Amino acid sequence: MTRHRKIDHPDNDNRLDSMAQGVLGKPVDRLEGPLKVSGLATYASEARPSGMAHGVLVRATITKGRVVGIDRQAALALPGVMTVITDPRMVRYPAQGMAGKGPKAGPDVVDYHGQPIALVVAEGFEQARHAAKALRITYEEEPAPTDPDTVTPEVPDAKQKAQGDLDAAIRDAAFSVDCTYTTPTLMAVAMEPHAAIAEWDGDRVTVRAALQMLASDRKQLADALGVGPEQVRLLAPYVGGGFGSKLGIAPEAVAAAIAAKELGVPVSVALTRMQEFDITHRRSESRQRVLLAAGADGVLTGIGHEALVSNLPDSPFSEPVTQATPFTYQAAHRRIAHRIARVHRSCAGSVRAPGEAIGVTVFEAALDELAEAAGIDPVELRLRNIPDREPGTGRPYSVNRLGDCLREGAHRFGWNQRRAPKERLEGEWFIGMGMAAAVRVNMLIESRARVTLTEDGAKVETDMTDIGTGTYTILRQIAAEMLGLPVDLVEVHLGDTDFPPAAGSGGSFGAASSGTSVYLACEDIRARIAERMGCTDAELRLQDGRASFRNDTRELRELLAGEVLVAEGHVEPGDAEKQARQATWGAHFAEVAVSRHTGEVRVRRMLGVFACGRILNEKTARSQCLGGMTFGIGMALTEGVEHDPRTGHIVNRDLAGYHLPSHADVPEQDVVFLPDRDGFAGPMQAKGIGELGICGAGGAVLNAIYNACGVRVRDLPATPDKVMP
Amino acid sequence: MREFQYSRATSVADAVASGATFIAGGTNLLDLMKHEIAVPGRVVDISRLDLDRIEPEGEGLRIGALVRNSDLAADHRVRQSYPVLSRALLAGASGQLRNMATTGGNLLQRTRCPYFYDTAMPCNKREPGAGCSAIGGVNRMNAVLGVSDQCIAAHPSDMAVAMMALDAVVEVEGASGTRRIPITEFYRLPGDTPHMETALDRGDLITAVLLPAPKGGEHRYRKVRDRASYAFALVSVAAVVRMEGGVIADAALAFGGLAPMPWRVSAAEDALQGQPPSPALFDRAADLVLSGAQPQEDNAFKLPMARRVLAATLADACRMEDPQ
Ligand SMILES: Cc1cc2nc3c(=O)[nH]c(=O)nc-3n(C[C@H](O)[C@H](O)[C@H](O)COP(=O)(O)OP(=O)(O)OC[C@H]3O[C@@H](n4cnc5c(N)ncnc54)[C@H](O)[C@@H]3O)c2cc1C
Ligand code: SF4
Repeated sequence: MTRHRKIDHPDNDNRLDSMAQGVLGKPVDRLEGPLKVSGLATYASEARPSGMAHGVLVRATITKGRVVGIDRQAALALPGVMTVITDPRMVRYPAQGMAGKGPKAGPDVVDYHGQPIALVVAEGFEQARHAAKALRITYEEEPAPTDPDTVTPEVPDAKQKAQGDLDAAIRDAAFSVDCTYTTPTLMAVAMEPHAAIAEWDGDRVTVRAALQMLASDRKQLADALGVGPEQVRLLAPYVGGGFGSKLGIAPEAVAAAIAAKELGVPVSVALTRMQEFDITHRRSESRQRVLLAAGADGVLTGIGHEALVSNLPDSPFSEPVTQATPFTYQAAHRRIAHRIARVHRSCAGSVRAPGEAIGVTVFEAALDELAEAAGIDPVELRLRNIPDREPGTGRPYSVNRLGDCLREGAHRFGWNQRRAPKERLEGEWFIGMGMAAAVRVNMLIESRARVTLTEDGAKVETDMTDIGTGTYTILRQIAAEMLGLPVDLVEVHLGDTDFPPAAGSGGSFGAASSGTSVYLACEDIRARIAERMGCTDAELRLQDGRASFRNDTRELRELLAGEVLVAEGHVEPGDAEKQARQATWGAHFAEVAVSRHTGEVRVRRMLGVFACGRILNEKTARSQCLGGMTFGIGMALTEGVEHDPRTGHIVNRDLAGYHLPSHADVPEQDVVFLPDRDGFAGPMQAKGIGELGICGAGGAVLNAIYNACGVRVRDLPATPDKVMP
Repeated sequence: MREFQYSRATSVADAVASGATFIAGGTNLLDLMKHEIAVPGRVVDISRLDLDRIEPEGEGLRIGALVRNSDLAADHRVRQSYPVLSRALLAGASGQLRNMATTGGNLLQRTRCPYFYDTAMPCNKREPGAGCSAIGGVNRMNAVLGVSDQCIAAHPSDMAVAMMALDAVVEVEGASGTRRIPITEFYRLPGDTPHMETALDRGDLITAVLLPAPKGGEHRYRKVRDRASYAFALVSVAAVVRMEGGVIADAALAFGGLAPMPWRVSAAEDALQGQPPSPALFDRAADLVLSGAQPQEDNAFKLPMARRVLAATLADACRMEDPQ
């Protein structure tokens, strides 16, 4: 039986609030945690099917052109080498998330320095790696631009928006700001590098892979290989982080499948860390100009946000930098501009919170500049500009908790202790405080799951992934809550395309979307139990394996009498998302110390207050926000790709050169969730969390640096040389 | 990685006679081998040789070449009499790396110039005559002093910077017997031969580093880097300063992150000697350290940064009020 629901109307029944088991929302430990810490959770490259060979991708060392010759002889003569593959189906870069087909194929054409152009397969990994270096490749090179500032950018009409007369608003403003910030290319750097092991059985291929969205990945891989989706099975039971880099299939999965077919043995292709930097999606660098006009009271009259990002020619994705700008603050005169420089750097794609991560961060830094110019407290400035309805469309907000988050955060953080720049000095350290709003759009994506209830407990099956976020655990909690079972009696099976197709992990929609499909399946099972109890679902109480209605209590075991109840839940987005502006809200606060000698910045404490619907698991939700806030520290202080000015390739292509925050960079972080319910998000009133924590976090740090030492860093990251007061 | 033969040295003589590439902690060599920047046919593992002790020698200390960085940093004699060394070690790499890294290996670690590790890009240090990609490329971490038009790589070690300020001596066992090389003469500048980095000959084994009698005074190691831990120095300074009656009696200064070797400028030390500490004096010392610098586009910030780090470190070592 399938219970299908299209979310056409808000659902404010808050059904989950009246369930009896009491496990949802609780800080339940991660179901798969023990497997992970004991090494028993097998990631993509950890399987060892017998006879498996190892493939290593070979990288192009020109920026643009054509491969005209590959001299294989020297490589093939080396010990253990089995083949050198240059199949025209091999892809040049990863697919964008949710794309319906494979990415651009044809490895003989080079679009960027570092692109895969061949696969060398050998019995051992080291043999393959050595042989890959021994290949002699000749190219026909073409000149190609790599610097976004040197090309005339594309200006897509649909992405330019204007309302009123911003220039006049700036002219007439009591206070105005016109500032330009730049953010560098950023990488997802998931802990687990991309890997795939492919194995054919007749004309069906099974690929163990590091992927976030199996349902669409399966279609992409089938398309790339020229087979039907039913011939492809993907397995990704454990994924070591994705942050967007594993949304779509990437070159390793296609190459592994092609090689496995050619050789008739399982083939593993695992990227090295350096190849992660070369091949996987990057977050585009950006140049952002923010224009703000305000009256003497700090009420905004004009907002402008102009972004320049880059990508390869023809790539459909461009970092949606200004995504949250139209609906976060009010102002009568508005202008959004979006320009795309077509350059030959590696392909840009979604990296954690595409758009808001850098867009909100920069916009909130610019607002800090306005607060300073107008002499208005930054929290107060924001509070004065929260719209009643979505500007432009006039739609209501599903809920808007920005003001609540700002006030609660300011109170908890001790914001009233903030002083003017350079006023607090401890030894050689200037101390400062900064804040920023957090905003991220909220989405629901079609998703299915199957739930089976037997005498022994329940089982959830869906091709949803758990990329380290806690999906196993929250789906278990949802089913346990709905079916009145202790969590231990619920099994969860994920990451297999033989299961019903789910939303996948991306865009922070995974938990709410796949969770709702589990909820719906359970609702169907509840209805059938209620029938046996002679009551309605609303009257039914399920707890600890017992069903009760009024004073009639029966064991589920007894009610089932050996029968197995199976239901599929299927949720789809509907009209509800058009009726109201849905978003998640928050406020970041940071305190930093800045050395007045060296410009070194140490974040001393951080607070994030968030309102993002019903919290399904306090612990995993908090971890998501901690991770996001840590990315915010990285964005503000340490992270950034350096592209070679001649070839465009990423020069700092390892973790010693690309600086994620180390433990010593991450201070005490506090996360607070405001109680929140959003019926527009569906019957669970749950929303996205994962990405909200990063949106704006870096802005709070940058603003705190200014408050500490009076230096405004507009070229991220704020490394010591840029801060030196 | 290429195939190689592996064996374990049973004695110092055995190791020296092998003429092979030595592996100690392996934290640098293994990376170099994976990228085929080092392609030794034979690797001799010296990690079990009896060179892992710290012993008094004369009025100083003898540090075996295989003493681990973490053990050296924690040694009570080092912490008491040569604290600048302990601090420099702890400012380097990460706990895991320091547990593996050895004294000899640390001295000989190769540059972190990213182009040196990228065999798709020309590099004179890797392949003499090929060209230098860092010049005209990304060079934020590269050197500003002692460079040549062939190579601008910086030496990455923190430990060696402190040893430079302590006038350490490197003891080497080679085909012609035992040599003692002052650390000031141990490294070579790139000139036209950036691939030749030290005074060692093929087969030479570092057996120990000798520290002379403690200099006393105040010891400081200050390292500025792009994150709070686990990053190479943008600029670092090791300072050993002794005050007498309100003037600087003697000062030893060495810099990391600035040059192809730990950098020491005796003229700057001489300028400090006998003078009462003052911001103007520190500035003069910085002028002497930085004269002749040849910065690139990305790393010119190292000059003002070195000046500030030097002033702050000296003020601290001289126990001055924090200069305004
Ligand atoms: C990510 C990362 C970050 C790091 N950060 C820092 C940092 O911030 N500061 C810092 O100072 N260092 C840093 N390091 C470098 C680290 O300190 C060195 O890799 C380490 O000290 C090398 O010692 P080892 O014993 O492992 O050397 P090995 O890798 O074993 O050897 C290095 C070289 O020395 C030779 N060798 C070793 N011992 C002898 C001997 N006794 N006689 C003759 N030749 C010998 C080897 O043949 C080889 O050529 C970092 C390293 C990494 C990987
Ligand atoms: S600076 Fe030296 S190590 Fe770096 S690319 Fe140039 S020659 Fe090679």
